[in-house]
Amino acid sequence: MSTRRSRTRQSTTSRISDDQINDLVSKLQQLLPEIRNRRSDKVSASKVLQETCNYIRSLHREVDDLSERLSELLENTDSTQASIIRSLLSQ
Amino acid sequence: MASSTLISDPVTNIMERARDSSKRRKKKKIQRQSSDGGRDQTTQNSSNNNNQIIPWKSEVQQQVYSSKLLQALRNVRISPGTSPPSVPRRGRAVREAADRVLAVTAKGRTRWSRAILTNKLTLKFMKSKRRQRGTAVTATGNSRLKKPRVSILKLKTKNLPAVQRKTRVLGRLVPGCRKQPLPVVLEEATDYIAALEMQVKAMAALADLLSGGSSSSSGSGTGTGAMILNQLSLRQPPSS
Repeated sequence: MSTRRSRTRQSTTSRISDDQINDLVSKLQQLLPEIRNRRSDKVSASKVLQETCNYIRSLHREVDDLSERLSELLENTDSTQASIIRSLLSQ
Repeated sequence: MASSTLISDPVTNIMERARDSSKRRKKKKIQRQSSDGGRDQTTQNSSNNNNQIIPWKSEVQQQVYSSKLLQALRNVRISPGTSPPSVPRRGRAVREAADRVLAVTAKGRTRWSRAILTNKLTLKFMKSKRRQRGTAVTATGNSRLKKPRVSILKLKTKNLPAVQRKTRVLGRLVPGCRKQPLPVVLEEATDYIAALEMQVKAMAALADLLSGGSSSSSGSGTGTGAMILNQLSLRQPPSS
């Protein structure tokens, strides 16, 4: 009963439609590398969400690895600047 | 035209306010400023959304991010008097600095960037008051944009419990998107993924540069490297 009431209320006031959600899902789909390569037009929303979660987790892991690497590299001020200048001169 | 000035004014106001507020008490003021900006933007048309999208893939954004990241990393290095011996702690500090810089580069227009910035300050200053502030943040966050909530149950095709479950998981992964309805989570995730990709590219380029290895793409390498050199020459290094 309360759900019916809230449903009618939300159907009149909600501006976000299914089409909009499908649009967002397809936009997200374009960003994901795996689904983009497969080139299948119809991918279920659940699959897109799953791939998104996996992709974000892998990106987080990459950032963690990179930040660890950077923290080791940034230890010494002098060597950092020297290495930067060295690499710039070698280019 | 008049419409473009109308659109650009709140944007520049938000930017200036965001910069000023970041120097003072970040937490309260960012919420207020972004709440004003949020209200302005929702009352205006969707054409405003186009101005909000940050081209994360552009070279300019990457350079902006790289320079800010370098500044932040220098501060991370200098501030701890005795450098923490354990590698995870240092890596964690670098990661948090990188995320913070990413959120700042986003200019506070997206939910995840605001969440990152407010979370940092919450953890930093008020551990005891965290719960109070936390509920206050979510309360203001919900009333801020005044968007009607469409719960996942009401959508026709997305009624599956699997989709709901995955939306919850995704909401947990993207900062600031827990308990948000599906379309909000999707939008935030789209922007967040683009930002993360840019972050990975910038950090990888920086790491390559620091390790003295050959940069993969010479174009971006020289651009970033020259900019970093400028940064170093402008700032006086601390006496060793």
